[in-house]
Amino acid sequence: MDFELSDDQVALRDGIRSFCEGRFPIKRVRDGFDRAAHAELADAGVFSLRSDGFGVADAAVVFEELGRAVVPGPLVWLYLAHSLVDGVAGGLEVTGREPPWMVEHLDVLDTLLVVDDDGVRAVAAGTIAGAVPVGRPLDPLTPVHRVEQLPAGEQVGDGDLVARWRREGAVVTAAFLVGVAQACTDLSVAYAKERRQFDRPIGSFQAVKHILADMRVRAEVARASVHAAACTHDDREVDDVARAVAGAKMLAGEAAITNGKAATQVHGGMGFTWDVDVHLYLKRAWVLDTVLGSVDEHADAVAATLASP
Amino acid sequence: MDLRYSASDEAFRTELRAWLERTLPDLPPRPSWDDWAGRRRYDTDWQRRLFDAGYAGINWPREFGGRDASPSEQLVYLEETTRARAPYVGVNFVGSLHAGPTIMTEGSDEQKARYLPPVLRGDEVWCQGFSEPGAGSDLAALRTNAVRDGDHYVVNGQKIWCSFAHIADYGELLVRTDPDAPKHRGITWLILPMDTPGIDVRPIDTVLGSSEFCEVFLDDVRVPVANRVGAENDGWRITQVTFAFERGTAFVSELVEARRMAEDLAAIARDPAHRHELGHVVAELDAVWALTKRNVSRAARDGSPGDGALMVKLAYSESRQKLGDLSVRVLDRSALDIDNEFVVERLRTLALTIAAGTSQIQRNIISERLLGLPREQPWTSN
Repeated sequence: MDFELSDDQVALRDGIRSFCEGRFPIKRVRDGFDRAAHAELADAGVFSLRSDGFGVADAAVVFEELGRAVVPGPLVWLYLAHSLVDGVAGGLEVTGREPPWMVEHLDVLDTLLVVDDDGVRAVAAGTIAGAVPVGRPLDPLTPVHRVEQLPAGEQVGDGDLVARWRREGAVVTAAFLVGVAQACTDLSVAYAKERRQFDRPIGSFQAVKHILADMRVRAEVARASVHAAACTHDDREVDDVARAVAGAKMLAGEAAITNGKAATQVHGGMGFTWDVDVHLYLKRAWVLDTVLGSVDEHADAVAATLASP
Repeated sequence: MDLRYSASDEAFRTELRAWLERTLPDLPPRPSWDDWAGRRRYDTDWQRRLFDAGYAGINWPREFGGRDASPSEQLVYLEETTRARAPYVGVNFVGSLHAGPTIMTEGSDEQKARYLPPVLRGDEVWCQGFSEPGAGSDLAALRTNAVRDGDHYVVNGQKIWCSFAHIADYGELLVRTDPDAPKHRGITWLILPMDTPGIDVRPIDTVLGSSEFCEVFLDDVRVPVANRVGAENDGWRITQVTFAFERGTAFVSELVEARRMAEDLAAIARDPAHRHELGHVVAELDAVWALTKRNVSRAARDGSPGDGALMVKLAYSESRQKLGDLSVRVLDRSALDIDNEFVVERLRTLALTIAAGTSQIQRNIISERLLGLPREQPWTSN
């Protein structure tokens, strides 16, 4: 057992980190997801990780970096659907929900993958009629359309594929959320060292530094959980994959949301402004908590793996 | 990055599991949790059985009689002993996880030869003498003083929160040997034989009633200079070694135990709201266990568990308290009895965010050492 990143994984992490710093600085991220961004991410191999022979643990390393950079786009669906459909794919989970469907990134999509318990249907984006853009989406980098009715599309996967996507997709989404939680910590620590009140950095006040310590610990605990889930996904014999994955998505979602709120608090009034980046992280965390199982759903999923009276 | 135990880890697991299956049925009945003489007997008897079977000092080097197990074997050991509901380290805690490792690292050869083997065999029990009424979180403010008199130190003062002092043979004692030096530089680490004249031990009634904690009053207690561990006035540095053990590894068995209790709680929790919350806490405990595996992996690579060890104590203690709160809600009015296992634990775990560095002190350490934030500055009146 060696639960540290391997040398290859460290190289992978460093490579994708410098890719994000070079190609996806926050200034560009603020322009949103487009076909050029898709092409660059595809060239970098982000979506083809599995067919290129990487494991889910490797994918978790990559997606954490995408989360740190808060890169926009239907990244997890593109990763999951890589060998299934061509072009730009997005996903929509409909189980337990009612129309209107809130479809993300519709303007950029070639294909919308509609996911329910029975399987995956591929709907050509051009065949979706009557889509109404949401004027002000919660996350400015995740544009949303309201869609009342979806065409039937073509069945491209069965319930087994859905089960796999729900596990593997939850792990990489959780990894992205850990990156968000970490970025919120880093932004806040830097701000607390720089911002002065009462003639001293606010990061010297225990009332502030304890918030920051909790953010750091929350991100680290969530990261360990996500890596454990990824390793369990890659090697099923080591643990209960259902429990590991549910715990990881739950903790990562909670860490990203809680750290997003804490980052807002540490930034004070500036944290409440559009120009400071903190809200972009918090809003993405909220969006991703609605994807592949929420904090609440996964808490119940963990409980379902335990004994009952 | 993987979580797969090696073939030799699994062979160790098989062998240990078989030993536990043979041994546990022969154990005497467990004493009541507040029968301290009985608990000493029971816990040291268990320690002796571990020793005879070659499992004592699982993480101790062979030269000190330990097994020198690899970090992953230590995790296997914890998993299996917890799964089998074997006894906990109990009264051997300070000796095997605190004083022992400190003497191993900082003691003289004579001290190692004299004090380590009896800890492993369960012959001698240790207690802690660090905190004082005026030196809690600010431990370095301790005032118990030791004055050199020939080949002895004469010690006067008062210690508090001394776990197991009422049943211990030796204590790890911090004393002030240089009252004029800055507070961190005048401290010395001594081995205190608990039968020395002038020691008065008074158990502390805690929120549980009886407890392992005691006050220890020291009145002209003569401690041989030969009992000094490390150099005079170097005790603070040595204490940091002790704390690194305590915060890094001593909570791992607690964590494994908490995960077992969560499983037990699941078996009686029906209310969906309770189960929801239990799922939440279990995920947290699983994650801290994963973080522990990460620390262990890091320690196997470069000898130190790294940043993660600082975080485990804070994360574990808070999750454990959530489990405690939930457990008494699940029990409803069955919780009105301290002797219920879950109720004892709920009360006992109130101390987890206080002992071994409060959560507030942990946050100071994390924010200053890991995040590089400045220390809080004193206020000037203006």
